[in-house]
Amino acid sequence: MLAYIVRRILYAVPILIGVNLLTFALFFVVNTPDDMARIHLGAKHVTAEAVERWKAEHGYDKPLFYNAAGTGTGKVTETLFVEKSLALFVFDFGRADDGRDIAREIQARMWPSLAIAAPTFLVGLAAYISFALVTVFFRATYLDLAGVVLCVVLMSISGLFYIIGGQYLLGKLWHLVPVSGYEPGLAGFKFLILPVLVGVVSGLGDSSRFYRTLFLEEIHKDYVRTARAKGLAERVVLFRHVLGNAMIPILTGAVVVIPRLFLGSLIVESFFGIPGLGSYTIDAIQAQDFAIVRSMVFLGSVLYILGLLLTDISYTLVDPRVRLE
Amino acid sequence: MKGLELRDLRVEIAAGGRRLAPVDGVSLEIAPRECLALLGESGCGKSLTALALMRLLPDGLTVAAGEARLDGTDLFALPERQMQAVRGGRLAMVFQEPMLSLNPVLTVGAQIAETLAVHRQLKGKAAQAEGVRLLEAVGLAPGHAGSYPFQLSGGQRQRALIATMLAGEPQLLIADEPTTALDVTVQAQILRLLKELQRGRDMGLLLITHDLDVARDMADRVAIMYAGQIVEWAARDALYAEPFHPYTRKLFSVLPSARRRGERLDHIKGVVPPLGTAFTGCRFHERCPRAWALCREAEPRLHRVGDGHYARCHLAVEAGPEAETAALPSRAEPRNVTAESGPLLEVQDLAVHFPIRRGIFRRTVGWVKAVDGVTLRLDAGETLALVGESGCGKTTLARAILRLVEPRAGRVRLAGQALDSLRGEALRRMRAEMQIVFQDPFASLNPRMRVGEILAEGLQALRPELGGGERHETVLRLLEQVGLDASAAQRYPHAFSGGQRQRIAIARALAVEPRLLICDEPTSALDVSVQAQILNLLKQLQAERGLAYLFISHNLPVVGYLAHKVAVMYRGRIVEAGGAEALIARPLHPYTRLLLASAPGHGLESAARAPEAPAAAGRGCPFAARCPEALPRCRESDPEIVERQDRRVACHLY
Repeated sequence: MLAYIVRRILYAVPILIGVNLLTFALFFVVNTPDDMARIHLGAKHVTAEAVERWKAEHGYDKPLFYNAAGTGTGKVTETLFVEKSLALFVFDFGRADDGRDIAREIQARMWPSLAIAAPTFLVGLAAYISFALVTVFFRATYLDLAGVVLCVVLMSISGLFYIIGGQYLLGKLWHLVPVSGYEPGLAGFKFLILPVLVGVVSGLGDSSRFYRTLFLEEIHKDYVRTARAKGLAERVVLFRHVLGNAMIPILTGAVVVIPRLFLGSLIVESFFGIPGLGSYTIDAIQAQDFAIVRSMVFLGSVLYILGLLLTDISYTLVDPRVRLE
Repeated sequence: MKGLELRDLRVEIAAGGRRLAPVDGVSLEIAPRECLALLGESGCGKSLTALALMRLLPDGLTVAAGEARLDGTDLFALPERQMQAVRGGRLAMVFQEPMLSLNPVLTVGAQIAETLAVHRQLKGKAAQAEGVRLLEAVGLAPGHAGSYPFQLSGGQRQRALIATMLAGEPQLLIADEPTTALDVTVQAQILRLLKELQRGRDMGLLLITHDLDVARDMADRVAIMYAGQIVEWAARDALYAEPFHPYTRKLFSVLPSARRRGERLDHIKGVVPPLGTAFTGCRFHERCPRAWALCREAEPRLHRVGDGHYARCHLAVEAGPEAETAALPSRAEPRNVTAESGPLLEVQDLAVHFPIRRGIFRRTVGWVKAVDGVTLRLDAGETLALVGESGCGKTTLARAILRLVEPRAGRVRLAGQALDSLRGEALRRMRAEMQIVFQDPFASLNPRMRVGEILAEGLQALRPELGGGERHETVLRLLEQVGLDASAAQRYPHAFSGGQRQRIAIARALAVEPRLLICDEPTSALDVSVQAQILNLLKQLQAERGLAYLFISHNLPVVGYLAHKVAVMYRGRIVEAGGAEALIARPLHPYTRLLLASAPGHGLESAARAPEAPAAAGRGCPFAARCPEALPRCRESDPEIVERQDRRVACHLY
């Protein structure tokens, strides 16, 4: 088990290097520091001196890979690749265009993101599984059919509709919850209700339909027939036998997104005015702040790889047949 | 009355606005302590009859008519809650696939405990103690309570499943093909276990099987099913001494055995009528050799034809025409059609080892010796059967001969040409000389290709010199050779039955005119009547083309019927090899004797008793742990294979 984890972490190193190289190529070769400076300065103020000055102020005035002017190891280390890209490995994200430390900003902003994303994830998982189980319990009846139709309808509606509809109905018309905003601590609870609700509802169609398929696949297996032949009540058959086995793909599919919960949701956060990492990223894209975007892309990859590792480990916990070696 | 009484069961399924009846008017009785075998080919409705009794019919199927009484309790009238108390309690059922019939994520102990909690209100310590007692009753160690199903062998799983079903102390146990998926040696053990349990616990047993030999060993009475109806039932001895119904008689005459060597097997014309056939008259008349006008017009009742012996046949009241007794041609076996010098296939010390990898860097720490030094020789026009339990390496050996897996050591020569040195194009051309037919005709044909395309594909790859027209002609000729209509070329595999698909698979293999055909359990997925047709086809093709067969099988009667030579494999090695007739008549190696004695049909008492194979072999002869005649030196040194009279055998006794 330990050997397996160590091996997986070793495997992650080349993947991360690849991700790092690709982001570097995107942000510094395809889109050169000169381009960045021009975008920021605006068409009117672009002069060769202004570009150089902008680059110097923001630390982009070095060569990409090899600094002939440097001394000793400086020839390699005093380059954009080392300072801007390799630095990401030690979570040294540098400063944003407005001069703030990105790492500190991420630390502060991940909690509001988590406050929305974690309850959405947990409530959603419970809701989707329950909904799918109900349709399976009533399989091949009109109730099941109605459930499937509802899923397809929910899937077919754009996520933005739930946000705007929810804000209008629950916030503006009925005054049940604030339309948007955020406050840390318990006092902020009322701000979380609507975004979490919207997040859960918008995922209901997709996930429940998928889970229903998993349950139905399981329910036609021979061991379920054995369980019934033992005289177990349908309730026991469904919860102990079918759920127990179908939870394996459900849980392992869910585990992969857990690390990414820190990053929050781009759309929900910007619509509800949550000061999380999602809105941070959206704002950075709008402001053409490449340092932030680059950091978030890299962080996303790291968390995704972590998620995959957790998935494999979770298999050993829920499925006795899987032993990692 | 005591026991089970089933009257006029009709099971229906709605299909396209019609109501079809896969079970149509089945009545049967099982007295306490009696074993009734319900026997029939696939699709005859025997499993559905059992599931209807359990009220566990798959979605869409319903009991449309009939009455089932278990000690007077009307099963079909019980509310579902009370039925749950019967199911797994007074009436229990064991299923065919032990690999799939246990919950993979619960321990065996937990699955037994469930039944104990529901039916006997046992919990905690008491349930644990009872669980251990049940495990011992089915011959499992108490420690297996903590095992997950994947940690058990097929036979152990079937024992565990039986234990979960015994936990409710049933009066009647239904066993649906309980040993079909198991090796003969394990089958013998499970059957004996079921018989002992039935006698020891005063249980009734409804045994569902397709195997006449299994039924003979187990049953007190036998009922034969065909197309949703019982066509004959009788006490076992009466039925085996003198079967009455023409269908029953056919079932006996299509069985291969060593005694029928050289004969052509009988066959039943036509196919089992598909579900939804509108019958007029007798359901078997189209396939019956003795049918006459009455059979086409009136449906026969179950007539009494002897003491407790009933048959659904007009012959019981009226002497119909005799079957035209076209004497089956017992032709001499043409062997070695091509008087070539040297053998066609020569395998020398072939070994296939799979690496075991461990640690962070996946270093190879050992080898699984799937095939470990096998030497074989096969001449043109000859059939060599490779027999052994599952996992003994016979399929891996076949794949290594075809170079579908790379051997680690050894030589393979085909018609004098060494295959191991061949690479790329040369190897590809050599593949035209040897082809394979797989076990499962449902999985081995590409469902998205027309049969014509499947047959032409091999031609395109290995005989590119043929033009489009010639290729088409070859395809049609192949279809004719394997007994299929030319129109088959335009259809997809799903339009064909299992037997027809296996014919297609054989035609596909023959397309490139191989000299060696490897048949990997080609009939084990087929019904006996279809098996007879395939075996006849293989014999005929061998006589016509001088084909050599490497025939992999665990079915000893088939081997005895078809093979010229037999090689017995155990743990990757040949333990005995020789001429088929002599080897089956006088087996030398204790393992060969075990296999032969385990084959059903000779009574359970005579069947050999040997433990299941242990997981890992230590020093000495790999069979020593199971061998009833093991000597001290068998545990010390591994026997070499030696020539003894007409045999090669690897055993310290010789």
